[in-house]
Amino acid sequence: MQMDLKTVSIDPKRRTFAHVAERIGADKIASRYQEGTFDMQTEGPQHYRPLWDPAHDYFDPDRTKIAMEDWYAFKDPRQYYYGSYVIARSRQQETAESAFTFVESRGLGAAMPDDVRDTALRLLLPLRHVAWGSSMNNETTAAYGYGAAITQGALYYAMDQLGIAQFITRIGLLLDEAECLDTAKDAWLHDDAWQPLRRLVEDLFVEKDWFEVLIAQDLVLDGILYPLIYGEIVDNVLTMKGGSAVSMVCQFQSEWHAEATKWIDAQVKVAAKESDANAELIKGWTSKWRARAVSALLPVAAIALGDGAEAQMDEVLAAFDKRLAKVGAA
Amino acid sequence: MDIAVTKKKKLGLKERYALMTRGLGWEPTYQSVDDVFPMDTFEGIKIHDWDAWEDPFRLTMDAYWKYQAEKERKLYAILDAFAQGNGHLTLSDARYINTVKLFINGLAPLEYMSHRGFAHIGRQFRGVGPRVACMMQSLDEMRHAQTQVHAISNYNRYYDGMANFRHHHTHLPYLQVPRSFFEDAATGGPFEFIVAIGFAFEYVLTNLVFVPFISGAAYNGDMGAMTFGFSAQSDEARHMTLGLEVIKFVLEQDPDNLPIVQKWLNKWTWRGVRVLTLVAMMQDYMLPKRVMSWAEAWEIYFEENCGALFRDLARYGIEVPPCVEQVRKERDHLSHMAWCQFYQARGTSNFHAWLPSKEDMDWLSAKYPDTFDQYYRPRFEYWAKLEEEGTPFEAQTPPQQCQVCQIPTIFPVPGEPLTRAEHTCEHDGERFHFCSEWCQVIFEDEPEKYVQANLGAHELYKGNLFGDADPTAEGFDPMAAAMAFLKLTPAESGLHKDSEDARNFDLWRGLATRNDA
Repeated sequence: MQMDLKTVSIDPKRRTFAHVAERIGADKIASRYQEGTFDMQTEGPQHYRPLWDPAHDYFDPDRTKIAMEDWYAFKDPRQYYYGSYVIARSRQQETAESAFTFVESRGLGAAMPDDVRDTALRLLLPLRHVAWGSSMNNETTAAYGYGAAITQGALYYAMDQLGIAQFITRIGLLLDEAECLDTAKDAWLHDDAWQPLRRLVEDLFVEKDWFEVLIAQDLVLDGILYPLIYGEIVDNVLTMKGGSAVSMVCQFQSEWHAEATKWIDAQVKVAAKESDANAELIKGWTSKWRARAVSALLPVAAIALGDGAEAQMDEVLAAFDKRLAKVGAA
Repeated sequence: MDIAVTKKKKLGLKERYALMTRGLGWEPTYQSVDDVFPMDTFEGIKIHDWDAWEDPFRLTMDAYWKYQAEKERKLYAILDAFAQGNGHLTLSDARYINTVKLFINGLAPLEYMSHRGFAHIGRQFRGVGPRVACMMQSLDEMRHAQTQVHAISNYNRYYDGMANFRHHHTHLPYLQVPRSFFEDAATGGPFEFIVAIGFAFEYVLTNLVFVPFISGAAYNGDMGAMTFGFSAQSDEARHMTLGLEVIKFVLEQDPDNLPIVQKWLNKWTWRGVRVLTLVAMMQDYMLPKRVMSWAEAWEIYFEENCGALFRDLARYGIEVPPCVEQVRKERDHLSHMAWCQFYQARGTSNFHAWLPSKEDMDWLSAKYPDTFDQYYRPRFEYWAKLEEEGTPFEAQTPPQQCQVCQIPTIFPVPGEPLTRAEHTCEHDGERFHFCSEWCQVIFEDEPEKYVQANLGAHELYKGNLFGDADPTAEGFDPMAAAMAFLKLTPAESGLHKDSEDARNFDLWRGLATRNDA
């Protein structure tokens, strides 16, 4: 049986804001993502040039070489606005929380073979700095990117990476004493295995073109790092050796990357499709940073894989290169 | 297998939070620190030890997601219910909707600016602690921008003056007052931005914005705006602690920072109060059911609360900004002058104006016994007579605007209500005009910045508000071209009593409250 509840019915004069209607049509009902995203950033004349960058307007499309007819072509396939973003993440953190509780309450960390735990800590803990670097690099896009669509996604990415850096920190605190974080930072700063990666991250800190940073960090570095470290090493290699507890507390990272991939792929695809000039830039940046990311991640993978690192990397790259071709970045 | 169970050292909250935030950072060596953080030194602020930063709140991302998601679920449930039940018809009076218009046109876009501004300094400060706090504020401000747009979206479906808030915020002359205020802060250095927005606006003046709008919403049956206001309150509390921590941190780092911070406090208190002119007018004239007068709000939220704050900061050598003396003198004039201005210029704003009723004027007399009856009631009564006679008064030319705050130069000489203040100076062979001594001081400190301002009246005369229209074409009508470019329709401006909004509200409310035979 259907209940027919009545409310007073009056006809609205319009369905959404004018700038939204211009994009989706005046007869359409706009989603919260659309109303919270389209044209939120000022375009056109601005009052003052920034003291910290007098060569540009405060909002300036020329902070990247990528050119777009419409910067709101950058749509988020997840349709994240703040509310839907935090609600999605709160569910994921609940799952992560129960994994941490499960591992802790059952002493699964201590039950792991020592060498596996040791490998996990040596591999994962310095990655908290890499995640923090990724957070900073995405903050660069959030701050200096153009159009509320892509900067919004980058802000969520930056916050996610901060969250991941904090989850990794908790893994250290769960499996070891707090001092392990100092040891890991020392390795990050001084051990040969980490230096190419640290150099790459620091080089991105000074890169001025925010779209290049986005390509290098989100598409390339994170695009290889997550499948390699979490997909292969944590979920397969360490798990096979009795380290499934590590895999459990890294679940957030694996799930997150599957989702973030959809976002960054959509951004790259749209930009590459826009023009040949964009596509050429993106291909150039991708190949430049892919080479660096591979050589920076090999010694890191070797911490867990030894001589097998290269073979594993080849597998990851085979999938990664298909992905690049699909989004028009190769 | 023998498992060694050793009891781990329990970390304190502060220690644990430090590991979760500043523990993540490191000093770069492949690139110089100054290249990685190129913007946090040019203002002359000296920071010797970023580690001395005290985290104003300790929120890790997992907790942040959890708390904020709970708030968002509740908020959107209420917004949905408000929209579904035609909540707008439960408002005190149709005039209230104009407050909502002022909010989405004037304030919501600033929340977005704030989001980007905090993203910028969340990247630029070389201390990790403040950077993380700024990143979180950046995310919060995105929340506020979007929840405001979402809450007001339903009003926009039924009433005028909101559909073009994006375009109007960018181009409509009166909205350049709030817009230029925020762009001024955002285009300053990172420390000036956080002193301006994080401290002067979010801490010193926040209650003067928040209370009138959100309590005004509550008093006038606007469940939507009230809910996002209350929901934002816990975010604002975090922002206030950040603003205060920044000031203390900067002042404790080096005595040379004091004069710079004092200069910014002077500037941004004044800039902020000038923007609040719009709020003062809203609370005294635009709320059908009023919460408190601007004068009362100023007494409670500035004189009392901020008095205590400045006494607290005196140990660092901070003094109450000298402009406060003038704010006190203008206290009983501000809202009246502003409403008179909007009434006269009602053809160029995207909300409706009206003359205060007899009952409204009695309230104003009671709240402003020293000024209202003497200076403003006669003016309103005269304009009411002209309206009755069918010849309502309306200004025909754009007013002269202040080069800094962009408000028309309507303010009197402090203490002389009948003499209009005139302040001018010459720069690079051009004469510039100001509403006050304090705006002139701000200009003279950075003239190369403020000469860039786009003043609405000047833009019109320069021909920058005609869009694609050809001014050389025969029969070119500059005002019509400007209105078309500004996307300002007659339905959005003018007198409330003649408006479609007023008619529709009565009609729809009738449908909701009466039974037709």
